Amino acid sequence: MATCLFEMKSLSASYGAGLVLQDIDFRVCGNDFIGVIGPNGGGKTTLLKVILGLVRPVAGELIFSRELRNSNNIGYLPQISTGDSNYPVTVKDVVLSGLMIRKGLVSRMNKADQKKADEVIEELGLESLAESSLNQLSGGQLQRVLLGRAIIGEPKLLLLDEPGNFVDANFEHDFYEKLRDLNQRMAILMVSHDIGTISAHIKSFACVNRHLNYHPSSEISNEQLLAYGCPIQLITHGAVPHTVLKTH
Amino acid sequence: MVEGSIFQYEFVIKGLLGAVFASITAGLAGTYIVSRRMVFLSGGITHASFGGIGIGYFAGISPVVGAAVFSVISALGVEYLSVRQKIREDSAIGILWAFGMAIGIIFIYLTPGYSPNLLSYLFGSILTVTWADLFALGIMSVILIFYFGFFYRTILYISFDEDFARTYSRYVNVFKYITTSLIALTIVLNIRMAGVVLVISLLTIPPNIAMLVSRNYFTIVLLSVMAGFIGTATGYAISYYAGIPVGATIIFTLVVLWVLVKLMLKVINKIRTTS
Ligand SMILES: Nc1ncnc2c1ncn2[C@@H]1O[C@H](COP(=O)(O)OP(=O)(O)OP(=O)(O)O)[C@@H](O)[C@H]1O
Ligand SMILES: [Mg+2]
Repeated sequence: MATCLFEMKSLSASYGAGLVLQDIDFRVCGNDFIGVIGPNGGGKTTLLKVILGLVRPVAGELIFSRELRNSNNIGYLPQISTGDSNYPVTVKDVVLSGLMIRKGLVSRMNKADQKKADEVIEELGLESLAESSLNQLSGGQLQRVLLGRAIIGEPKLLLLDEPGNFVDANFEHDFYEKLRDLNQRMAILMVSHDIGTISAHIKSFACVNRHLNYHPSSEISNEQLLAYGCPIQLITHGAVPHTVLKTH
Repeated sequence: MVEGSIFQYEFVIKGLLGAVFASITAGLAGTYIVSRRMVFLSGGITHASFGGIGIGYFAGISPVVGAAVFSVISALGVEYLSVRQKIREDSAIGILWAFGMAIGIIFIYLTPGYSPNLLSYLFGSILTVTWADLFALGIMSVILIFYFGFFYRTILYISFDEDFARTYSRYVNVFKYITTSLIALTIVLNIRMAGVVLVISLLTIPPNIAMLVSRNYFTIVLLSVMAGFIGTATGYAISYYAGIPVGATIIFTLVVLWVLVKLMLKVINKIRTTS
């Protein structure tokens, strides 16, 4: 546990009726880069919410390392934004809000914070939109803003819930390059349905379908997926490849 | 003649102070209400407070104190229900709205004798505004300026995306409850200015005017306070000289201002696109 960020022991979660996650043993350490896969409704988003404390486990334990608990050191990109896009905030305000994980209650943003926000905004190609309000953005642009919010605080753990949904072909290369760079400094948990694409970038898989099966390699075969109870739907790729290779 | 001018002097001072404090409190609270889409909730709180006014009359305590207790309790109640998400919020607010009015009417009718200031609570009045009312509103202005000043980003981000705020802060609910209580008290203190029936418009029209021009929260607050001041000061003057309840003249002025700004923007846009 010394270098691990958190550990789940026999953890179960529920929204009231029936268990959504059951008996999960799982840990994430230092520079892990884990692809979280599984069918719709399998519990991937719920897993992230348990880590964030938004959903309380009904059984088992979730133990955080001191590093993670003390500084609230988690960055989060939600699958569906819960923010109100008609709310009068600018793109820069929203990116800055990611720094709140390091701020106390009286949250002043200083020069360095502003500069950091400008850098992140530039990296994400949003310079021209920095002072725009959210209802002036496209869906993909909005997601980039929320990605900026997730990474600006330099968290020790980054949770990305289906970030691939918004990545266009142009941005894809930059996006994974950026993740590789971030992964030097933080562990990443990335939910995705596109196993083919992410397997080239991640280090291991976690297959979530009420239960969680950890697969300590970025290569995974169809048989293994079936054995994990994690049938995949490679919607965009047509036929399911027999073996998904590390490089493609 | 001499007496008349002293009276006028006092009126001008009261009117100006009232306009300054009402526009500051209404601008800060109103921007929060409008951007968090709490207009209906605030209307419910306002009308619920009428129950407190009625009980205040009946029990012989200050109606403002009764209203304050009622509005804070109902505001916290609705906020609590919405945190638990166990109930349809709009229906709950509708019930609260009517129930508060009903209690107010029942107790006022049970109170022996004539309630002289009742109409001023419903429609607002300059003549019955006391120095104590103004003092309370002044204190509220200072509290709100410091509260929103210190916690600007905290409040902004909780209102924008509550779920995300919960991922980094354990104090989201505490902030919601404190802010809502302050809003409820702001409403009650402004009832003396604009009356139960129209106070909600005093809070919501200025931010709507501001939002025609800006999408930046801080700018919206500043513009709201300015718009509110124009509306209340003008409304006061018209009310005084025409003898019309001040709530009505303030709201009338604010709506005219809203239309003027809207027309001006139309004209500016026309000129821009044609040139
Ligand atoms: N707020 C909620 N209240 C009640 N049930 C919920 C709630 N959120 C999710 N669920 C249920 O929990 C289960 C897991 O949902 P979750 O969102 O974790 O799935 P997921 O793996 O992220 O799916 P997807 O791939 O569609 O995003 C589903 O059956 C869903 O119906
Ligand atoms: Mg999901």
